[in-house]
Amino acid sequence: MIAHAVVFYIFSFIAIVSAIMVTTSRNTVHSVFFLILDFISISCLFIMIGAEFLGMIMLIVYVGAVAVLFLFVVMMLNVAQQKNEWFVASDSSSHIPIGLLVSLVIFSELLIVVGGWKYKAELQDSININLNLNLTNTQSLGNVIYTDYVHLFQLSGMVLLVAMIGAIVLTFRKRSGLKTQSYLRQISRERNEGVELIDVETKKGVKIDA
Amino acid sequence: MLSIGLGHYLTLAAIIFTIGVVGIFLNRKNVIVILMSIELILLSVNINLVSFSIFINDLSGQVFTLFILTVAAAEAAIGLAIIVIYYRNSGTIRVEEIDSLKG
Repeated sequence: MIAHAVVFYIFSFIAIVSAIMVTTSRNTVHSVFFLILDFISISCLFIMIGAEFLGMIMLIVYVGAVAVLFLFVVMMLNVAQQKNEWFVASDSSSHIPIGLLVSLVIFSELLIVVGGWKYKAELQDSININLNLNLTNTQSLGNVIYTDYVHLFQLSGMVLLVAMIGAIVLTFRKRSGLKTQSYLRQISRERNEGVELIDVETKKGVKIDA
Repeated sequence: MLSIGLGHYLTLAAIIFTIGVVGIFLNRKNVIVILMSIELILLSVNINLVSFSIFINDLSGQVFTLFILTVAAAEAAIGLAIIVIYYRNSGTIRVEEIDSLKG
């Protein structure tokens, strides 16, 4: 129990500090690194609490794909060295205290409602899909995903497909002057455009491309 | 203090959520940091769902976390693609200079 508490406090401290550093760091590349650290510590918390599959998936998806994508874009756009101008915004500085106030109110509301919430007893025995302690976390998730939630699963695959096609279409740039293969012209070519029969007169030859 | 309950995880999620919201409100730098703040917010939602799923002993929270993960990845891809083409067209992604909508 004590070890659980100590590990929880360590990982949540790392997560909170790195989340603060994500938003306040001067260099955008450092922000991405702190985002990676945040994801790693949260996935350690997930693994510790008993959701191993989600922790591992978060490592793979977020650290392996999303954060690397962020890093790639940050380095490609050359915006890493822009100065951070949080509190020296010249003319539009009135939104800073209002923004701080609003986020403070949001935080206190969340703390009051959620942090100090003693959840009710009848909420506890929701018998939707109980965790089976004999199965591993991955196995029980797989039992549920491929049976009860299979349509949502397929739908999330469609979401990923749409995102992939959208990203490709958005960033695709058509360059002029490149020699590329045009399938449409290739298959719509007819014989009478491509081949020509010429009667060659004797001792006169023939001019091609006349 | 030493027995970690649901409230601890929910408080952690609330703190990370608020940090993400502050990052969106007060950012004067570039749009990529705003996207990262959105990722933080989605992460805190995931923490909420997973901790409820564990403490209520119901697996559907983890299933929903899986779907939120999918949507977050798709959102990051699309958002970064939009940022790339905006940078290509206008040469900047500073928040102050993105004002063509006059908002």
